[in-house]
Amino acid sequence: MSDSQTIKFDVCIIGSGLAGMASTLFAANRGLSSVQVGLTGEIILSSGLLDLMGVHPVSEKHVWSDPWAGIDALVRDIPDHPYARLPKEDIHAAFEELLFFLKETGLSYYRRMNHNVGVLTSLGTIKHTYCVPHTIWKGVEALKKKPPGLLIDIRGLKGFNARQIATAMQNEWPDLQTARISFPGMDHLSEVYTEHMANALILSQKRERFAEAVRPHIEEAQIVGLPAILGLYRTHEVVSDLEKLIGAPVFEIPSMPPSVPGLRLKEAFERGLRAKGIKYFSQKRVLKVRRKADDFFELDIGWSTTEQVVQSRGIILASGRFIGGGLHADRKRIKETIFDLPVYQPENRTEWHRREFLDSRGHPVNRAGLEIEDTFRPLDRNGRPAFSRLFAAGSILAHQDWKRMKCGAGLAIATAFGAVKSFIRLCQ
Amino acid sequence: MARTSGLRIYEGENVLNTQVLIIGGGATGTGIARDLALRGVQCVLAEYHDINAGASGANHGLLHSGGRYVSSDQGSAVECRQEAELLKKVAPHCIEDTGGLFVAVEGDDEKFVADFPHLCSQCDIPVQALGVKEARELEPVLSDKLIAAYKVADASIDPFKLSMENISQAQELGSTLLRFTKVVGFEKSDKKIRATRLQNIITGEESIVEAEQVINATGAWAGVVAGLAGASIDIIYSKGSLLVTHSRITERVVNRLHPSASADILVPGGTVSILGTTSIRIDNLDQVYPTVEEVDAMVGEAVKMIPALETVRFIRAYAGVRPLIGSRSASDDRSVSRSFALIDHSEDGVENFTSISGGKLTTYRLMAEKTADLVCRRLGVSRPCVTRTDPLPFTQPAKWTQPGLAPKLWLKHHEPEDIILCECEMVPRSAVDAIIDSIREQNGQPNLMSIALRSRIGKGACQGTFCGVRVSAYMYDRGEFNPEQSLTNLREFLGQRWKGQHPTLWNKQLVQAELLEALHCGFFGLEL
Repeated sequence: MSDSQTIKFDVCIIGSGLAGMASTLFAANRGLSSVQVGLTGEIILSSGLLDLMGVHPVSEKHVWSDPWAGIDALVRDIPDHPYARLPKEDIHAAFEELLFFLKETGLSYYRRMNHNVGVLTSLGTIKHTYCVPHTIWKGVEALKKKPPGLLIDIRGLKGFNARQIATAMQNEWPDLQTARISFPGMDHLSEVYTEHMANALILSQKRERFAEAVRPHIEEAQIVGLPAILGLYRTHEVVSDLEKLIGAPVFEIPSMPPSVPGLRLKEAFERGLRAKGIKYFSQKRVLKVRRKADDFFELDIGWSTTEQVVQSRGIILASGRFIGGGLHADRKRIKETIFDLPVYQPENRTEWHRREFLDSRGHPVNRAGLEIEDTFRPLDRNGRPAFSRLFAAGSILAHQDWKRMKCGAGLAIATAFGAVKSFIRLCQ
Repeated sequence: MARTSGLRIYEGENVLNTQVLIIGGGATGTGIARDLALRGVQCVLAEYHDINAGASGANHGLLHSGGRYVSSDQGSAVECRQEAELLKKVAPHCIEDTGGLFVAVEGDDEKFVADFPHLCSQCDIPVQALGVKEARELEPVLSDKLIAAYKVADASIDPFKLSMENISQAQELGSTLLRFTKVVGFEKSDKKIRATRLQNIITGEESIVEAEQVINATGAWAGVVAGLAGASIDIIYSKGSLLVTHSRITERVVNRLHPSASADILVPGGTVSILGTTSIRIDNLDQVYPTVEEVDAMVGEAVKMIPALETVRFIRAYAGVRPLIGSRSASDDRSVSRSFALIDHSEDGVENFTSISGGKLTTYRLMAEKTADLVCRRLGVSRPCVTRTDPLPFTQPAKWTQPGLAPKLWLKHHEPEDIILCECEMVPRSAVDAIIDSIREQNGQPNLMSIALRSRIGKGACQGTFCGVRVSAYMYDRGEFNPEQSLTNLREFLGQRWKGQHPTLWNKQLVQAELLEALHCGFFGLEL
């Protein structure tokens, strides 16, 4: 044990995905002393886009242009969906608070108020989402107006082909040219990575040489689409400088994870929360939790052995699903990994997944998870809160299918908000 | 001298003339094509889907020592021994000579165990008794409840490589391969098939083959195809499902020494092991997929032999149909002879039509030889079969199917500008290039599925999540996709990989599936 002193906090947040980050932010903003523990988290797999509510019913592939109307319909049809646990005003307030925080840390998001927008992906599909990083936003507008455009890909960058995107877009946005360039200073490499390029473009000399490589291809184009490489930090500066040098607006086309927009989101949270004085155990897990009387929990934190013991008056469990490690499945059952809370799930494994991957109904396993009551406290086997001061948020919750409903970020942000609010009401 | 196939336009239709039409591109069909080509007989091979789409591509890849059949079917046992010995000489590049063990655990039939060595010697099958301790030193994962172990000459064989090499040589000698080509019907007169109507299942285009002899080598589909010609075959469909592990569990083939049952064999191949197999009678050929129940039953049984199988990572499952020719009254499909049936349809009133079905991968060459002998007699061709002695050539296109080979080659040498497209299995861009070129040479249309068939793409832990995107992006570099195909092809590819993952989705593979869906549905929206 590196520290025999037990540290005491108001609340311990388990998880470092979007729900964990958002819970920590909301707790810190309300003056709670907070400690956060988490592994890498699903956030590095994030596209950087913040969905609110996109598709319902999934079997009908109904895409909502107004996410709030989508939530109304969803809550009506699936009263157990986590969105039903809090008023829309709270969801709205949660987004405002989070977007403000991100902006303060230098990561601006844009949206068309109360409207979902379409983002062009690297496969040439259109992703419906709500809040879009400013580096991607001009692409959203271009996708509506369809000016003559140029899509650039980069020699050695796998899985991103401008011609593929333009081909898939030929009906939607026909006036697209494509070109391939070598990234300056990396032309000797057989393979290049978006993170390296995003780092390189923070330097103004690199930007000049990059712009030189793009310029000859501009011709009639009024806008230029690129892989997501417009700076890992200082993106406003990178974008405006590049636009000056190239002579046309630029936008990023998000691609496979780990992606630069996802990385920016993770870094923005870590930077911004550190500034708020949050104690953060990164790459650590909760090994054991003991309940001490009714007042507080004691948690052993470490990687494989206990490195720190902390005490907290409450816990927000935002440990994610299977990727995040909050849920685990053996051949027979799905279990919650820290408290062994009951997990709502299909009767047996034959029903977890459908035989067709793209079955429009979605896979039942995705709706498995923790059941909660209106205070976001997970339920025990008798349908009562398992612990008086244990709350849950994010993708670990049951009765949602964020991948199909396109509500992942909203779910994380809204339920984090709800959990923190309930913690304050019940524990302060 | 081989003659090349001639294409002529006849009354507005594509008519292909050939000596022999072979229907079915599995191990037997491709084996027959090579056998005949080596005798100077020119063939057209029509395959409904792609090479080894049926049971030839959905088995363990086991080269039987014959030990499995010594108690139930000594004829098959001897055939297996002879053919396996022969293939090890003529096709060593398709075979990993792993050796095999037969093991029994507490509770297994001791008489069956005791009879085994004697029965093996009756069939001249080399067998060596091992001490339990010795066996567990050879294969440390074996159960501590082992009661007996015997060493035999089992090996693993790569069925894709085998069929690819067979068809490649046949094509070099002038034969034609038609993939994605379905038999629509036969036109008969004077007790002979005069023309076979074919249809390309992708383009819908119809064509006609006029052949002197027609061979039906369609495995489980033999009854269906024979029916089109007005002939009949009594065939039983026995589905066998198999499970692939993420990493190799044993060095040798490990058989359970008991009367044949589910999950009684683990066959290594390159970097993976394959656990098999179930035997479930099915009524129609649309039911050929592995189920969760089968997977659970297999794992549950196999752990008695190798307890570690309870916790190892399985990355996918697949199923094939054993075409068993015989009476429908047999109570256990495993007791029906695995020996093959060569059916001369003269009795059905079709004199130039032959079906070959049943059998097993180990005896594919013998099946091809016997079929070719019959057809050559009818054609008046006197050149003898040479596949017993002529080595199977080693050509490039077939080499990327072997698990674990690509990483070895990559580490040994790669061109500086080459990159890895499939990171799980380390398949480089240059391999994809070579495969696309070879598909083109075979007049095929390269797409994700046909590339996956010929390589390890999509077969590693990610099951296509990332390599599917990377390879399809790369296809655009080569200009191989037309606009309509772009997303359809990726959807189909992922759907196909899903069918195999579906019954293995727990623990790490479930995490993988979640990632797959997060990316392809959550982000790309492929389901919309």
